[in-house]
Amino acid sequence: MIRGTATALRSELMGVSGILERNVYIVRRYIWWELAWFVWTLANTLSIVFIAKGFAQTGARIDVNKATSWLLIGALVWSYLGMVFGLLVEMVQWERWEGTIEHTFMAPLSRSMHLLGTGVFGVLYGLVRTAALFVVVAFFFHLSLPHADYVAALVVLLVASISFIGIGMMTSVLPLISPEKGVQLGYIAQGLLLVVSGVYYNVSVLPGWMQALARISPATYALRALRSSIIDGKGVYALWGDIWPMLVIGVIAVPLGLEIFRRGERYAKRHGKLKRSG
Amino acid sequence: MSSAFAFSQPISERALPAVEILGLRKDFRRREGLRRRRTTALGPISFSIERGECVAILGQNGSGKSTLVRLLSTLLLEDAGGARVFGHDVFREPRRVQRLINRVSVEASFFKRLSAIENLSYAARFYGLRRRDTNAEIPRILERVGFPLERATGPMEELSRGMQQKVALARALLTSPALLLLDEPTTGLDPRSKLEVQDFIREVRRVHDATILLCTHDLAEAEELAERVGILHHGELLCLAAPDELKRRYGAETLEEAFLSATGTVLTEEEVTE
Repeated sequence: MIRGTATALRSELMGVSGILERNVYIVRRYIWWELAWFVWTLANTLSIVFIAKGFAQTGARIDVNKATSWLLIGALVWSYLGMVFGLLVEMVQWERWEGTIEHTFMAPLSRSMHLLGTGVFGVLYGLVRTAALFVVVAFFFHLSLPHADYVAALVVLLVASISFIGIGMMTSVLPLISPEKGVQLGYIAQGLLLVVSGVYYNVSVLPGWMQALARISPATYALRALRSSIIDGKGVYALWGDIWPMLVIGVIAVPLGLEIFRRGERYAKRHGKLKRSG
Repeated sequence: MSSAFAFSQPISERALPAVEILGLRKDFRRREGLRRRRTTALGPISFSIERGECVAILGQNGSGKSTLVRLLSTLLLEDAGGARVFGHDVFREPRRVQRLINRVSVEASFFKRLSAIENLSYAARFYGLRRRDTNAEIPRILERVGFPLERATGPMEELSRGMQQKVALARALLTSPALLLLDEPTTGLDPRSKLEVQDFIREVRRVHDATILLCTHDLAEAEELAERVGILHHGELLCLAAPDELKRRYGAETLEEAFLSATGTVLTEEEVTE
């Protein structure tokens, strides 16, 4: 019994390593695409962070260093969220495009491990790219962040990632049940998070009903906690007020995401959508 | 709607057929203007395949061959009846079935920028195979299918279709499937590649004792490789018997004539995938 469980677990973890291995190969083979995307994200981030300097020139009385850091964290989190979400939302579409979808879905790999492997790769990939982006932009603006608690920031990002993966799982089912519109619908969900989570402004400026949505978005807590840790130097203990809601959302979002995907997969199998041409 | 169909009696391990299909039916809903119409793509059909046997299913485009393969591959859910693979219910125990099967289809299903080795390596991991096992096994299997190893690290998109199909066979063999589902495996290949793939299918049967379900439009291939040949027409399995028996039944001299008598149509070279 125990040996059987251990063998099954080993096999599942091997499957997760297969997902990671495949994505590493893809990144390596498309390295110029990676470079192009990095430059594009960098340009995008710089254009947002310059807003702080632009405001200062209009005569507005703002702490440019703080405002720059504030916007930079928003841009970085948005970029990170986009990478984790993007990998999950495009997981099915990508396989369909390459023609491997049937082989992947008929392999004896549980869907939870399939999605988990994709999510874990998204987190690792996102962390590397976000860290590189942070270093380049901070160097570009000569940002001074003497109090930053980077360990606390990393803890916050990892905790937030659980709920990001959960929500990403929910959206990743969309291309499975709607081959033509699924990816676009996934991006709509991602855009909704951008609006309500206070990526570039404080959520207090939003109308009441949007603030209610902000309370159930993990990105709201992640942004607030990251800004507190990097700009104000708050540690993990001081950030607990933002960490526990993310944990709660994650504990709900991951099983919910798996269940939604399971139902979506059954629908796709029932209606013959689990194939390369949709 | 349920796959909880009743097989006649519990089957002992020794007598367990490789594939047992009973009253299996699959419908699809198709949009016609504002309305959706339900059409039956397959069945109800019933047949079984013995362990180690090779059964070929012949049929035109849209006859239901690919639907049958996709049902057995756990990629579709049934609308009626059921199917078992080595005693495991395909629709209720998909994970158990997935461990026993693999498939080679007409399309090259690979990440085209990745190399043959990379494609085989990650796919093996999905079947629980460790890197230290596959590192040596992948080049060995590629060599066995006649794939030139010096091309194994280049992108798949730079390989001919024949070579890609050999990699597909290697991928299937890597997981040692007890049941190999072949869906038009030689369609579009040049004669030499076709012969090489057919030789390899024979070898898989001989060496690995694999059971094979071959869906094809190639009558000669079916006659050459399979013990029994079935004719699928508009989702209905018209017959399933040894090629000579089919010819006798339809008073035909060739399998092509038998097919014509059974369906009223001929299979052409254009009959590719469904």
